[in-house]
Amino acid sequence: MNPIWAHILTLVLVLLVMVTIAAGLIYVERRMLAVWQDRLGPNRVGPFGLLQVMADMIKIFFKEDWIPKFADKRVFVLAPMIVMISILMTFAVIPFTPLISVVNLNIGLLFFLAMSSLGAYSIVLAGWASNNKYSLLGAIRGSAQMLSYEVFMGLSLMGVVVMAGSFNLHDIVMAQNKVWYFIPQIVGFVVFFIAGIAETHRLPFDIPEAESELVAGYHSEYSGMKFGMFFVGEYLGITLISALIVTLYFGGWRGPHFLPPVIWFLIKMFVFILIFILMRASLPRPRYDQLMSYGWKILLPLSLLNLLITGACVLYFK
Amino acid sequence: MSGTDDIVSALQNGFGAGFLKLQNTKDEFPTCWISGDCIIEVLSFLKNTVDRPFKMLHDLSAIDEQARNYRGGQPDSRFTIVYTLLSFERNSFIRLKVPLISEKPSVKTATNIWSSANWYEREVYDMFGVHFDGHPYLKRILMPESWKGHPLQKCHPARATEMGPFQLPEDKQEEEQALLQFKPEEWGLDQVSGDDELMFLNLGPQHPGTHGVLRLVLQLDGEHIVNVVPDIGFHHRGAEKMAERQSWHTYIPYTDRVEYLGGVMNNFPYVMAVEKLAGIEVPPRAQVIRIMMSELFRISSHLVWYGTFAQDLGMMTPVFLTFYDREKIFDIVSAVCGDRMHPNWFRIGGVTQDLPKGWDTMIRDFLDYFPKQLKLYDKMVMKNSLFKARTVGIGVYTTEEAIDWGITGPGLRATGFEWDFRKKQPYSGFENFEFDIPTGENGDCYDRAWVRVEEMRQSLRIIEQCLKNMPEGDYKSSHPVTTPPRKEKTMYDIETLINHFLNVTWGPVIPPNEAIFGVEATKGYNSYYLISDGSTTSYRTRIRTPSFPHLQFVPYISRGYTIPDLMAILGSVDYVLSDVDR
Repeated sequence: MNPIWAHILTLVLVLLVMVTIAAGLIYVERRMLAVWQDRLGPNRVGPFGLLQVMADMIKIFFKEDWIPKFADKRVFVLAPMIVMISILMTFAVIPFTPLISVVNLNIGLLFFLAMSSLGAYSIVLAGWASNNKYSLLGAIRGSAQMLSYEVFMGLSLMGVVVMAGSFNLHDIVMAQNKVWYFIPQIVGFVVFFIAGIAETHRLPFDIPEAESELVAGYHSEYSGMKFGMFFVGEYLGITLISALIVTLYFGGWRGPHFLPPVIWFLIKMFVFILIFILMRASLPRPRYDQLMSYGWKILLPLSLLNLLITGACVLYFK
Repeated sequence: MSGTDDIVSALQNGFGAGFLKLQNTKDEFPTCWISGDCIIEVLSFLKNTVDRPFKMLHDLSAIDEQARNYRGGQPDSRFTIVYTLLSFERNSFIRLKVPLISEKPSVKTATNIWSSANWYEREVYDMFGVHFDGHPYLKRILMPESWKGHPLQKCHPARATEMGPFQLPEDKQEEEQALLQFKPEEWGLDQVSGDDELMFLNLGPQHPGTHGVLRLVLQLDGEHIVNVVPDIGFHHRGAEKMAERQSWHTYIPYTDRVEYLGGVMNNFPYVMAVEKLAGIEVPPRAQVIRIMMSELFRISSHLVWYGTFAQDLGMMTPVFLTFYDREKIFDIVSAVCGDRMHPNWFRIGGVTQDLPKGWDTMIRDFLDYFPKQLKLYDKMVMKNSLFKARTVGIGVYTTEEAIDWGITGPGLRATGFEWDFRKKQPYSGFENFEFDIPTGENGDCYDRAWVRVEEMRQSLRIIEQCLKNMPEGDYKSSHPVTTPPRKEKTMYDIETLINHFLNVTWGPVIPPNEAIFGVEATKGYNSYYLISDGSTTSYRTRIRTPSFPHLQFVPYISRGYTIPDLMAILGSVDYVLSDVDR
């Protein structure tokens, strides 16, 4: 096949699969939460309620897409797009198998960090443009949280980069042929995981949208498909962070040969997605300042120390 | 009540002409009529000067005396202000009445003596039109600003049909809307503090964190709370006014709904107050049934609090689990009473029916099942470090502050003050039960939560004792006022037939007098103050609910914290809006 066509095919495939997974997660999350909370969850539409996603989607597509009169219209429309675009772009650099990846970028990891920084704009702009006090408070919290957690996230990843000697995600997976990095990089993994939750603002780090305090935070004023974009964006974010954890710390597509690499990748990814959901089912929400001091006082020194020790070890054993 | 005679004589000697009369009431509270000129001195004397002082303003309300038939030699009065004070050292109450005879009734404010007097006086102003001189913020509290008249005055119509059809022409609508315009200065709030411009955030009446129709106006500096002003009254249904047109018997279902999580716990003080007025002895079996059902409701109410409190702090799961357990309680309640949340189960003189067959197995199953769940919740919520980080040291107050603001129940016990009316002034046979009073130490959100969780365990103990020692006998008294009367002899004996007929059709006639009765309800001390004028309806029903002062306390304990802390504080105070507004 013509390589250009193959490329476009991969691109469309990755896009479709990821968006489908993210949408499907709405069902998975509702169902799993129900299991952990002694309830049934959605079980009416289709077998086991599987078609619930379809129903949700149809509903959200046909809902009135209302822009408040007091909102800044252009920014209001732009904000939900940013979150979708920045996350979907990042999927381009993820190597799902040795063969399936959209681009083999030699600065893949930096690209991810850059994109996730852009994602913060979506919250800030959404909150600002809504012209609503609850949204504004949510946006202030969100931007502070994402900006500071970006720092530890970047630093925690440096350990992996030092060990693999490359920013290329493909190379990082290849470098894990002896041992998956979550063993030598356990500290880095934990910090990245925590920062990842903060980045996707899921419970316990959902303070930008803490429903018992800020109603819906920065997306209070959004409805219809624009809300849907934030909603799916959140699930895309979970998928992305899970995919990255797998790539960086759990050997990517690697696994015993009885299953194809892509299946291994997906299995590992789903495990982390479920952990995300389980966290939501079990933890309370810390206060905003507690979250910040936890980040700056514990995670930052920890990730610096991790980088220092990793660097020293790498130098010593070379 | 012993130990208060000295007070009466001290008041008589100290205030001479200001002391108008000593009234005899069925509840045997010393009831002193005091002249309006010296009431403030009397109040501050009782709070500050007297030996073993009356530290808490338990209640402040009023009576419109203009339609009375039986005054029984009481001083002349159009509106009577009633102060009920509680002394913890004496373990007794005192009631002071101030007669107001002028066309524009007014009395001096007690807000300088008790902080909690603020809302109570606003309520009296709103409901009766009595003016309090020197009150810092005398505005309507339950009714809308545009309301005409004062609802609890006897001349105010009780039924909508007496008021003519409701109309909302455009000009009136605009007028009403203009009144709703938010102007910070009208709320007593400043726009700036120092160099900072402050933000006002309207929280509620529809907000996921306020647990009902409560509106809070927050004055914020960033996320820090400078001040909070609660706006209540959205849940006001005029429960006290309704009591004046329902018969003594038919009012019971309304009490169910005063604190809608408490179920029969609300019937309890009401029927006991009526029984006191009528002089009914309740048979022991009925007493124990009442205790058992009300303790079940205490657990059920605390379960709702437990789940929603965790949810306020961002925990998603406990609320589903606690509501599931609450359903188990409702299974028992509906097997016994036939309804779930508002069983309307107590009757004047007993309870509606005897316990059904198999009630003991249901209770036993629950007693076996529930302690395990409590342990699970302990692990999940109370021992969770994030939960602790959110609640320890938040919303702290001392015992003195709590008493000054009229706090009772778990909120008071969390400060380390061991005070439970079930122990201190046992009613309905509580003196025969063994249970402990859990207390906290710091008076913060965590301690309040801890006290409630322990209370559930103590309630289980009480229920277990009910199960083991349920007396045999009647579930209803044979007193003629018992409503509906016992049926066995009705068809054989004309006296009982007449009695039955009258009590059910007209309703029972209660001899003229007055009595108050309170119980340790789920949220705190809930009392009903009933005045009978010798007819089939109550002349005045005053419902003193715990949530009212508790909510009034919220601004005081939330200043300086942030919005998430406010949610923790609101959750830990555990008010119910129907209990606040009545």
